[in-house]
Amino acid sequence: MAAPSDFLRIENISKSFGDTIAVDGVTLGIARGEFFSLLGPSGCGKTTLLRMIGGFAYPDSGGISLDGEDITALAPNKRATNMVFQSYAIFPHLNVRDNIAFGLRSEGLEADEREERVARALAMIRLDGYGERRAHELSGGERQRVALARALVKRPKVLLLDEPLGALDKRLREAMQIELRQLQREVGITFLFVTHDQEEALAMSDRVAVMEKGRVLQVADPKTLYEQPLSRAVAEFIGTMNLFEGRMIDAAGGIASVETALGRNRAPLRAGGKFCAGARVWLAIRPEKLLLSRDAPGFQSVPGRVVASAYLGDRSQFQVAIGGLDRPLIVSAPNTSGMARFEMGDDVHVSWMIDGPVLLEQ
Amino acid sequence: MLSLSKHGGRGRGLMAYALAYLAFLYIPVLLLPLFSLNDSLFIAFPLKGFTTRWYEALAEDEDMRAALMNTLKVGASASLVSTLLGLLAAKALTKAPLPGRGLILGFANLSLFIPEIVIGIALLILVTTVGIPLSLFSIAIGHVLICIPFAVLVLMSRFEGFDANLEEASRDLGENAWMTFWRVTFPLVLPGIVASLMLTFIVSFDDFMIAFFLSGTDTTLPVYIFGELRFPYKLPNVLALGTSILIGSAALIAVAEWVRRLGPAGGSANRPIGV
Repeated sequence: MAAPSDFLRIENISKSFGDTIAVDGVTLGIARGEFFSLLGPSGCGKTTLLRMIGGFAYPDSGGISLDGEDITALAPNKRATNMVFQSYAIFPHLNVRDNIAFGLRSEGLEADEREERVARALAMIRLDGYGERRAHELSGGERQRVALARALVKRPKVLLLDEPLGALDKRLREAMQIELRQLQREVGITFLFVTHDQEEALAMSDRVAVMEKGRVLQVADPKTLYEQPLSRAVAEFIGTMNLFEGRMIDAAGGIASVETALGRNRAPLRAGGKFCAGARVWLAIRPEKLLLSRDAPGFQSVPGRVVASAYLGDRSQFQVAIGGLDRPLIVSAPNTSGMARFEMGDDVHVSWMIDGPVLLEQ
Repeated sequence: MLSLSKHGGRGRGLMAYALAYLAFLYIPVLLLPLFSLNDSLFIAFPLKGFTTRWYEALAEDEDMRAALMNTLKVGASASLVSTLLGLLAAKALTKAPLPGRGLILGFANLSLFIPEIVIGIALLILVTTVGIPLSLFSIAIGHVLICIPFAVLVLMSRFEGFDANLEEASRDLGENAWMTFWRVTFPLVLPGIVASLMLTFIVSFDDFMIAFFLSGTDTTLPVYIFGELRFPYKLPNVLALGTSILIGSAALIAVAEWVRRLGPAGGSANRPIGV
């Protein structure tokens, strides 16, 4: 019996196009019913990986298995995967109904059953009554839903989604994120979702694999990814991060002392992270983990001056110049009523709790 | 007010130019039906009177009908074969990475740039060397050669702007390569195929030079008409034939346009065919 996270198993997959290595030794295990995202900048290999799982490209080395079956070399029409393409690829010569029914013809279903499945799919995407429309009569969001329904009526073991929300405007995209997540819970099908939008990945996924230059940097749930990044690359790709290079001094009781340009700081050692005196490390701290005050608080603080501020509605973002630092600190503060307000030119103290910073070894 | 009248003057000038342009294009063509209905052997004004006897004579002219049938046979074969070959070539040439694409495209379209008289002589030498008798078959071979560039260019314009994901989507939804061709590729390029069939048919129908070099005892219409021009009394028949062809091609083009508009909108269907 395969482990639960081995429903879709990607084993040491590599793929090159000419001299360019698109995917470089990726190993991933995805659980049945999971909403799993591949997140990375364009050109990081996430789409190539997805296409290899769908059967549109074959790996140079490594293997893919789905539900215990080796599918590495199977043609796309032989695998229990279905894809929602970035362009949606709605057949322009067919209406919505025939688009959705397209994949059912090869399954040898009775006409009644076919029609019933199509009708249910139309209801699922709330496009009943749209059956006779052609692709060019649909809006972007409607096309997206037709592409989704067309793939889901096949009842795939894994649904592959290649940046399906990329072409939609912001408001519609946010609505579709929620809808897609609800739909996934209802149908219980494993979703493998490719995106370059970190907010999208964090908002929707059970787990996210962050990719860069063909490699997987970290696989984790959204909260861990944001709060416990493993590397500077992940820390900087997701959200905003203040980073300081430093040197480890000592450690006691799970707390390390680190010498940085901010002085001597203390930060929790990562679980399983090992202490090595004199080792080069980075101290990473999120803007919202930093506190601004006019007077020096007792613990872990540095004086600075506000050099820029941006009002963002629910919060404000400040840049605080610190003596000895070449880049200002980015500090985010909620605009809750009763909170102190700061303006450009104010002399302030920046402080943080001991669990604020994260120690990064790479 | 001044600028308005100036503008109007320029408009009238352009209108006159456009009318002159249309007259230049169409008056020679319209002379054909006019004289084909004129009750005189000689092509000269004033017109003598209305008659349909040239059309009646045409209907009874066995040789001319035989030549017309030959042309239709050659045209149908040449257009079918060149469109089929063009379809395969266009598919390969528009699929993303094809080594030597430019070279292949260049060679496929070479016959557009070689004078037909050169092709005609070259084919004559080849056909006689290989031992193929001069016949409708040899004409058809020559016509396939000159039709291929038209088929390739028309079909390539159809394949470009064709979302490669559509074929992938079909494979993804469970169809094999063959069924994908029938269910997705073929219906989407059908307007291009029809356009290619018609265009290559017209190229073949129209050709004099290749047919002149490669025909044996059976010959096609243009070569036949050229031969008939020696006999002045046959000229009105030729005019009647020309008029019939004109009406036939106008009908064909109308059908072609209708088919082209049937194609799915949004894609390249409504784009004019670029040759």
